[in-house]
Order: sequence, then C-alpha cells, then structure tokens
Amino acid sequence: MRVIVDLEKCCGAGQCVLLAPKVFDQRDDGIVILLDEHPPEALHKAVREAACVCPGAAIKLEDPA
Amino acid sequence: MTHPASVLVVGASVGGLAVAESLRRDGFAGALTLLGAERHPPYDRPPLSKKVLAGEWEPDRTRLRADAALAKLEMTTILGDPAVHLDVLGRAVTTASGRRLTAESIVLATGLEPRRLPGQAPWPGVHVLRTLDDAVALRTALLAASQVVVVGDGVLGTEAAATARAMGLAVTLVGPQTTLLASQLGPQIGGHLAALHTGRGVQLRLGAAVESLVGDEARVRGVRLAGGEVLPADVVVVAIGSRPATDWLFDSGLRLGDGVVCDSRCRAAEGIYAVGDVARWHHEGLGAALRLENRSNAVEQGAAVAANILGKDRPYTPVPFFWTDQYDVKIQVHGFAGADAQVIIVEGSPEAGQFAALYGSAGKVTGVLGWNMVKQTRALRQHVVEATDWSLVNSLRKS
Repeated sequence: MRVIVDLEKCCGAGQCVLLAPKVFDQRDDGIVILLDEHPPEALHKAVREAACVCPGAAIKLEDPA
Repeated sequence: MTHPASVLVVGASVGGLAVAESLRRDGFAGALTLLGAERHPPYDRPPLSKKVLAGEWEPDRTRLRADAALAKLEMTTILGDPAVHLDVLGRAVTTASGRRLTAESIVLATGLEPRRLPGQAPWPGVHVLRTLDDAVALRTALLAASQVVVVGDGVLGTEAAATARAMGLAVTLVGPQTTLLASQLGPQIGGHLAALHTGRGVQLRLGAAVESLVGDEARVRGVRLAGGEVLPADVVVVAIGSRPATDWLFDSGLRLGDGVVCDSRCRAAEGIYAVGDVARWHHEGLGAALRLENRSNAVEQGAAVAANILGKDRPYTPVPFFWTDQYDVKIQVHGFAGADAQVIIVEGSPEAGQFAALYGSAGKVTGVLGWNMVKQTRALRQHVVEATDWSLVNSLRKS
C-alpha cells in the first residue's frame, strides 16, 4: 500500500491522526504530515478508514489490496 | 452473517459514496446501485463556498473520486435522475425519468435543499449556494458585481461573505441573530467571529429581519429590511439554512420530522436506512434524536450504515466534527458547542488570534472549539469523549 496526501485539499481536521497516529501527524497549522508512505499490513485497515473519512478527501491509496 | 443481495443508494454525494465504498471495503459482493439527482459524479461541497467561489480551484477539483476509483466499486451509477417515489414494502424507488429500481436494502442520502425567502423572486442576481452549479453561477455573478448582500448569519452565509470580501467586493451580511453563528457557537465565540468580519470590512446588520428583495425582471437591486431601509446590492446570496430533501418521501409511509426519522441503527424501516444531512436518528450516547448537517457526519454515518446493512447491528454514536475556514481563520468543533453551553478558553487567547475553548453543559464537557489551534484542539477532544467533569476544566487552563 502506498499513501498519497494532497496538502492543498487537507483541511486539518486531524481525523487521520486519531485513526492512524503512526502514519499521519499534523503541522501546527493542521496540515497533514505523512509519517509512513508504505505502512505495514497491520495498519492498512486504519489507513483505509482514514482515507474514507478524511473530510478533505485528501488521502489517496494505491494498490489497496 | 447474511448480506443482502442488492443495495440501492439514493443520493450520490459524499454520504452516498461513503456507503458504497464502505460496503465494498466490508466485503459486500452483491449488486450495488448509486442514484444521483445531479448530473455530476460525486463531488465535495465544503470547497464550494471557499476555494471554488474564490476561483482558487477549478470546479472539477471538487470531484471526490477519479473515474478509475469509481469503476473499482463495480456499481451501477445513474446520474441526473432524481428519485420521486419510494415504495417501502416493495423496496423500490421510482425516478423522474420513470426508472423503477429495486433492491433488498435501500439507503436514503438525498441531503438538503436550501431554504428561500418567502416570495423569493427568480431575478438575476439572486443566488443560493448548495450545488456545484450554484457555486459556479455565483462566482460568475460575483466577478461582475461590486455590492453583495448576504442574507444569513450561519456557517454558509459567513463563509460566502468572507470569500466575497476577499475578492474585493463591498459586502453586507444581514441576519436575525444577535451575532454570527450564535446558535452554533454561542454569543462569546460568535462575537469574536463578528469582530473578525467587521475587521475585514464586512458591514454586519445583525438582529435584522429581511422584509423582501427589491428589484425587477432585469435584476435584483437590493434587500429591504423590516422598517423599510433598503440595502443596495447587485448580487444577493440567500443562505438562510436548509431543509432535509424529503418531499419525495411524503407518501412513502416513512416517519418524517425534520428529516427521515430513524432508530439508533439509522434504520427508518425494515431494509431502509438514512445517511447524512437527511437522517434524523436516535443517538444512544445522548439519549436524543439528532440530525447533523456536516460533511464528517455524512461519511461516518455512511460507514456505520454500511456495517449495519451487512449485519453488524451497531448503534451510531459519533463525536460530531465540523470546521469552517474564513479569511485566515480555521475554526474546528469536536462534539457539541451550542448557544446555551458554558464556555471557557483554556489555551491561547482571542487577542493572539489563536485559542481553544471547552464547552460544557449539565456539569460535563460537551465540546471543544479551536480557533487557529488545530493540534491542541485535537488533544482536547479527549475531554469530549470522556465527558470530563466541568469542575475540572479550570485546572486545564493554560491561558
């Protein structure tokens, strides 16, 4: 799985950090920081949920096997 | 767990899409149909009053998923064909073009319709803002305008006013409340928002009732307040709230009451569910019926309904979240704010342009609001989750 974030679409809600804090963090202004572009299998479910609920639709996943 | 053979989602906005995606992610392999009233594939509404209206984004940028991602969902998508009738017992939906769609489970996600002023004339220059087409039309009008009156003191009205002001237009905002967003955020924080708008040059006419629009067939000329004063305008934005889009359900037999009335599983009847702005469901955590008009809820509720359709039987008990971006200020609210709650600023200060405030009622923390204070607000959310005792709030103060 490859995680792609769109900084311009990010609205700084932080829902992704709540769901997958090992993969996402936030700058002081709220914009997402991608900590792990290729998260381990154990985190895939949480990352998929983060991509789904992201209020800015700013998280894209490639090869979501 | 038995899955239904087929699911029909009525409404192709973010809530409907969330249902479809969640169903597939949770392993649903049956037939899936997404029915939308608008001609556009699923798009995102929050940018409409901001990035799209400001011209920073092309309208196409609001698309929620690329064609390839939609194709992966292996669903039948029908756009530009509004639902006009629901047969609850027959589990069938009839559309404006005469289609009859049946499914074992049906999800109602038809969203909202903007309210209009009583007797609102369809003059050129009078706009509402709900759809992508609305946003594009309003942007075109603003580009040719010099004086704008926004009728409405809620989230949409204040966002539209901020965007129009940032475009350099003369903006007057009229609203019935004593301050901006008073019913959502209370008088204290609403007052800070009003000061922000005033500081940026928006003329606020608060506590004012609109009597009528002024104009002729050629175009709108202004807004007449009760008392007779006319505020001149070449564009009027009517943002006085919305109502659930349930007209098409009037003869369905479903219980309607400011939305589709659902149980704690967001189920309106056997095999019929509702999601997003249109759904009024029983929040077990609050012990009350609730309907939320925000984007985060549409997605979370969509995922919850998908799980329940697939047999999970779980109550939907979210901590709500909404945000608004106005000028360079980002306001975020986790949980419940509200007009009558107690409010205490625990970090930062309004003077510094950055703060976080806790809201409480009945002796518990119910919400947290951040004003350009994103990370602290997220951390404070835990007090909403835990319903921290209000008597402990003073000890959390860092400001």
